[in-house]
Amino acid sequence: MAQSLDRLKESPSQTAGPYVHIGLTPNFCGIGGVYPADLGASMVNDKTQGERIGLEIRVLDGTGTPLRDALIEIWQADANGLYNSPAELRGAADPDFLGWGRCPSDMETGLCSFQTIKPGRVPFRDGRLMAPHVSLWIVARGINIGLHTRLYFSDEAKANAEDPILARIEQRIRVPTLIAERKGGSYIFDVHLQGEKETVFFDS
Amino acid sequence: MNDRKPDTGAFFTRDRTWQPPAYTPDYKTSVLRSPQRALLALDNTLSEITGPVFGHAILGELDNDLIHNFARPGEAAIGERIIVHGRVLDESGRGVPGALIEVWQANAGGRYRHKKEGYLAALDPNFGGCGRCITDEHGNYRFRTVKPGPYPWPNGPNDWRPAHIHFSVFGQGFAQRLITQMYFEGDPLIWRCPIVRTIPDRRAVELLIAPLDMANTIPMDARAYKFDIVLRGRRSTLFENRLDGN
Repeated sequence: MAQSLDRLKESPSQTAGPYVHIGLTPNFCGIGGVYPADLGASMVNDKTQGERIGLEIRVLDGTGTPLRDALIEIWQADANGLYNSPAELRGAADPDFLGWGRCPSDMETGLCSFQTIKPGRVPFRDGRLMAPHVSLWIVARGINIGLHTRLYFSDEAKANAEDPILARIEQRIRVPTLIAERKGGSYIFDVHLQGEKETVFFDS
Repeated sequence: MNDRKPDTGAFFTRDRTWQPPAYTPDYKTSVLRSPQRALLALDNTLSEITGPVFGHAILGELDNDLIHNFARPGEAAIGERIIVHGRVLDESGRGVPGALIEVWQANAGGRYRHKKEGYLAALDPNFGGCGRCITDEHGNYRFRTVKPGPYPWPNGPNDWRPAHIHFSVFGQGFAQRLITQMYFEGDPLIWRCPIVRTIPDRRAVELLIAPLDMANTIPMDARAYKFDIVLRGRRSTLFENRLDGN
């Protein structure tokens, strides 16, 4: 017998269910007076550095129907490519930008709208720069474990072409599933959970 | 928090045979909401290693007391008074300090306070159903609530969720993000539930069942349940700078 690795197993995930709002965005679903505001509802203030952008994201099921009970969290670097996290050792991120936001799907349209800033480029593990991107984590009724994906920007074609993560996608026809289309000051991004246009999800 | 250096290594890979798969047809909603193509494996970059950390300043005085945080002054929620406590650990067994935990649940009758919910059991005017807390320097947390009731749901013709509390947990990296559910020791509905049974391994399910904890029960006040949560561990950063390009 070899020694034991003596490790614990990760707690198994379970679906967030249809009433995820009660816990994560109580004000959004009419439970007022417990928290002053829903966490992650507002990402920028007057002093936040960087270009203001909107993200208009929908999540669609295998029939193309938008989910109206999903919840998306985003995580991104600041305008200089620094993360506001204790694990960020390259410098201090913009103190007026946490870099994290949370939005439930609109109960009628399924739309999740974020007001944020365009992130700067962050180095990959070998020092090459990744293209500007926003990390997404998606939970909902019917999703047993949160799905990780990334949102890249259609007006960053040169950076996208040299992004080491996008380069890992063998079927090049799937790359556009990760690229949000610019429309005015906003980017439109549809996440397809399954089917012909299925979005690339990460085991990361 | 402590004198430990900040953790900056990549996370251990997730054991996808231990976690529930996406497609679990007995839980019907998963059929159209499960990716059918393989996930793209990605060793962590800074985008996954980092994550938001929340300070205690976001917490209100009653945030971890669901018996009172929605109740009218001088009143309290109806139901079995319980304390739920435990630790947030990583896979190496170390406590995770500063981890934000958010919980939500139905009331004692199994009724959720949500506009899309139509179960005929009554709402409790003194119960909202949400709470949150942040782990201390050793990873400990606790909150106070009423035990939720079982709840019928339109899956099979006669499916009932066991009594459960939803947990959302942040670690220190975005790749540790976890949502799960806590169940109560001895509940005969647990092993019948299609959502519980999305988890393939019985030993994994048992990690979600909180035992009654008489040692921490407060006499004449509230019984206690203990629920530990394990998040992904992370590698040492020792050799991380030796990476070559690919």
